[in-house]
Amino acid sequence: MGNRTPIYEEHLAAGAKIVDFAGWEMPIHYGSQLDEHHQVRRAVGMFDVSHMTVVDLTGNEVKAFLQYLLANNVDRLKDSGKALYTCMLNQDGGIIDDLIVYYLQADWYRMVVNAATREKDLAWINQQAASFDITVKERPELAMIAVQGPQAIDHLCKVLPDCESVRSLKPFVATVMDDLFIARTGYTGEDGVEIILPGDRAAAFWRELREAGVEPIGLGARDTLRLEAGMNLYGTDMDESVSPLESGLTWTVAWEPQERDFIGRQALEKQKQQGVQRKLVGLVLKERGVLRGHQKVLVGDAGVGEITSGTFSPTLGHGIAFARIPAYDGDQAEVEIRNRHIAVEIVKPPFVRNGKSCL
Amino acid sequence: MSEIPSDLKYTSSHEWVRIEGDGSITVGITDHAQDLLGDLVYVEAPESGTEVEVKEACAVVESVKAASDIYSPVDGEVIEGNENLADTPEIINTDPYGEGWIMRVQPSESASLDDLMDAEAYEAHVASETH
Repeated sequence: MGNRTPIYEEHLAAGAKIVDFAGWEMPIHYGSQLDEHHQVRRAVGMFDVSHMTVVDLTGNEVKAFLQYLLANNVDRLKDSGKALYTCMLNQDGGIIDDLIVYYLQADWYRMVVNAATREKDLAWINQQAASFDITVKERPELAMIAVQGPQAIDHLCKVLPDCESVRSLKPFVATVMDDLFIARTGYTGEDGVEIILPGDRAAAFWRELREAGVEPIGLGARDTLRLEAGMNLYGTDMDESVSPLESGLTWTVAWEPQERDFIGRQALEKQKQQGVQRKLVGLVLKERGVLRGHQKVLVGDAGVGEITSGTFSPTLGHGIAFARIPAYDGDQAEVEIRNRHIAVEIVKPPFVRNGKSCL
Repeated sequence: MSEIPSDLKYTSSHEWVRIEGDGSITVGITDHAQDLLGDLVYVEAPESGTEVEVKEACAVVESVKAASDIYSPVDGEVIEGNENLADTPEIINTDPYGEGWIMRVQPSESASLDDLMDAEAYEAHVASETH
């Protein structure tokens, strides 16, 4: 039997189909993945993401530590609650994980890392932390619920005592309300929040949201929503064998100030200097069909690449994908599907934002 | 529990087969198969005239989640592919044994339907796979 979140029984009661995800028994859908996808794009839905790992870092040297540990620079976080998306790299510039880090106080930051990488992340963080005066504390007693969609805030207002402080939250900023940690973040390309709360309150809060009209959404729709939104999935679109520069994440690497020596910096600078050989791009299939992970991508004389994530985009009605291809400036390629070569267009993700096509 | 009509024949790869009065067969995927696949978004049905062999992949159904081959239950020739599936693949989800049929095949003279399962055997097969 796998791990279960505090909301597990609610999923069963809602008719969820349960699958194993990184050792957790999680809902893949509650009937129709397509309906759930559209529900989030058009109205509001919620995800149980309690399997994700919350890590609190405290101590006098925590800022210096994170400036060393992370490729993005936490010095950018000036106001309490502000969040930053970043990669955590190894010495070779390979991506150990991607994560969100929140600045809470001068001596307190919070990171949310992936469930599938929990053990290696914690081992790496603790190993690196040894020479710093900080404390690394996992918070497994906390649950996490993402409420996403254009009507997310309106529906939250039905269950929260102080709605205006959430409505006025800027993107990528969190606030604390009693025992709720509410961040204007998400993994769907829609407005919404991710709420971290005590596990023993999570099921009741989930039920309150349902009574307020928020539909439960499974991990299946979470995957198609994030792909449309142009957001990478760790372990699928990137891993330790690639750098952020090869993963469409150059924007998350803070090169300045030059004297900040973060883990992987030298390797990235060398890669940049020598020229990045591969890049992560978006693909759109204009004819009927579905793009899938591991299909071959032929980019003319530049060589051959591979789809990392592919799906049918419910919003666009086309096959879409991320692919890692050799450095190439053109906008046309071919994908090998069942021994046939099918024309695709190379685009810059995202494919969909706030319910609208970006193509 | 998925629906398994008693008047149809079945394969271990979850196709259903209806033997028509003129000796041709109609093929689709079972209720159990569509439930496993989830929302279907793309179907490649074979063109009429295509020669098929028993257990040969001759059509593809794709859901948001996965692509799955459809195998011919017999040797023969495709006499019709369901053209409606191109625009409305979801009819396989809503009506797998009716509107959601995939192809009609004229079995060759030597083709045998004896290896196909009846409803009871298929039900046992599904149970053995899910346990």
